Amino acid sequence: MLTIQNVRKTFNPGTVNEKKALNGVSLELETGDFVTMIGGNGAGKSTLMNAIAGVWPIDSGRITIDGVDVTALPDYKRAAFLGRVFQDPMTGTAADMEIEENLALARRRGSFHAFWKWGVTKKEHEEYHELLKRLDLGLEDRMTAKVGLLSGGQRQALTLLMATLKKPKVLLLDEHTAALDPKTADKVLKATDRVVSENNLTTLMVTHNMKDAIAHGNRLVMMNNGKIILDIRGEEKKKLTIEDLLHKFEEVSGEEFTSDKAILS
Amino acid sequence: MLIAFTKALPGNIAQGLIWGIMALGVYITFKVLNFADMTVDGSFATGGAVAVMMILSGKPVALALVLAAISGVLAGILTGVFHVLMGIPDILAGILTQFILYSLNLNIMGAANKAVSVTNYPLLLSLRFVTKSIVISAIFVAAIVILLYIYFGTEQGSALRATGNNPQMSKAQGINIGGMKILGLAFSNGLVALSGGLFAQYQGFSDINMGRGSIVIGLAAVIIGDVIGSAIFGKRMNFMLRLIFVVLGAILYYIVIGLVLAMQFPSDDLKLFTALVVAIFMGVPYIKDRIQHSYKKAGKGAE
Repeated sequence: MLTIQNVRKTFNPGTVNEKKALNGVSLELETGDFVTMIGGNGAGKSTLMNAIAGVWPIDSGRITIDGVDVTALPDYKRAAFLGRVFQDPMTGTAADMEIEENLALARRRGSFHAFWKWGVTKKEHEEYHELLKRLDLGLEDRMTAKVGLLSGGQRQALTLLMATLKKPKVLLLDEHTAALDPKTADKVLKATDRVVSENNLTTLMVTHNMKDAIAHGNRLVMMNNGKIILDIRGEEKKKLTIEDLLHKFEEVSGEEFTSDKAILS
Repeated sequence: MLIAFTKALPGNIAQGLIWGIMALGVYITFKVLNFADMTVDGSFATGGAVAVMMILSGKPVALALVLAAISGVLAGILTGVFHVLMGIPDILAGILTQFILYSLNLNIMGAANKAVSVTNYPLLLSLRFVTKSIVISAIFVAAIVILLYIYFGTEQGSALRATGNNPQMSKAQGINIGGMKILGLAFSNGLVALSGGLFAQYQGFSDINMGRGSIVIGLAAVIIGDVIGSAIFGKRMNFMLRLIFVVLGAILYYIVIGLVLAMQFPSDDLKLFTALVVAIFMGVPYIKDRIQHSYKKAGKGAE
């Protein structure tokens, strides 16, 4: 479903701040794969996410989604294929717009925005009411409230719903629970599991939390220095422990895992 | 003084209604798109120049107004191209277009100003027929407010609002935010130029300087309307009310100006007065917040 071939990206090339963020990354996601991705700070996880989403053009390599080469497409055109949830709960929603208006924009992701069609139709209103009810956050009674009034957790749950409202070819979750308190993070992760399995979504989830990376998904990849250094799947992943992971990391990279946050949480 | 004020009041209302259309244009860029657009100082005069020259050449007034609006749309697109395709910061992009329009406006008129008399031409509005001018400009305002209300409820209007509110989210939802910015600037300056075309008829001439400082008047209307509307309706302020209060803000602005002039305030100082009003209305909410949540207060609370 998602193919990444030998992707490279260097920031500020030729300056003292030169940073080789992606060093020839290749990764293939089968339809329905739920891949969790971990790695220390600066390993290139978020950079890879942005490369897939098309935040900027890559230096070399190819990215295809469901057989379509998207390497030359800008982010707003790739949006037709992608559902995205960001680390910052403020990023994924329009604060000054109503809950149902945000959902309606997500429903129209990747299609032409006509001036002869309503932004939210009556039929949609009822559909969103049902969907919000299932989130179990009481949002179904506040559909015309501005999103800016919601808490971070509520906004993130809404962003997740928006990302999957129109079934995406690939769902990109960039540390989408990192800014939430543990209880809310757990709720959002459970909602993630449910929506991914119900819709059989091809998913790439970046996390700082090794426990989460092990507990969720059917496959785990680890990045270091802009490369994928580990790819664990199937039975092997199910038996994985944090100690195993740390050990494997040292084995493959020859260095110690640098992020305390990932180990301790 | 009171007599002078009441005598001038209908004229102030007519001016407020005409400038209300201009203020709606400023509302689209400043509030909806979150774009400080300085183009309006030029496009207001362009609208006036195009309308007057078309009327003088014998074209129907309706056609003259349509062409005036189109000239504003083109000016808005130019600012959008400067900003979106050439990476020029928003304020500077507008100032560049404004500068270009100064030369263009002189070329359009062939002089620094052009008179058009209501006795020789079938003008829609005029200082000499104030009541008729109020009715006609009110019809224009009503039609534009309704059209804007409908438009911003459509898919495209929603996408435009999202672009101003959260560009990153908009891109993730597949919205071409560059295109949306150009579109919003085009609409905004189209309205501003239309307003200029109406105002030139009302005052009986177009002038190269008629748009100078109009961004400040537009902002004054938007901000005064917002403050008063929020004070009356609070959280019940919906989008329709917001648009209406932009126009009411413009009317109120001109009534206050009328009052100030009736009080023998020197007209040379009007711009100073206007700018201070805008600064105070924009600054007060910020200062109020700073006082309520000041370090000083926090320090005292800890004792």
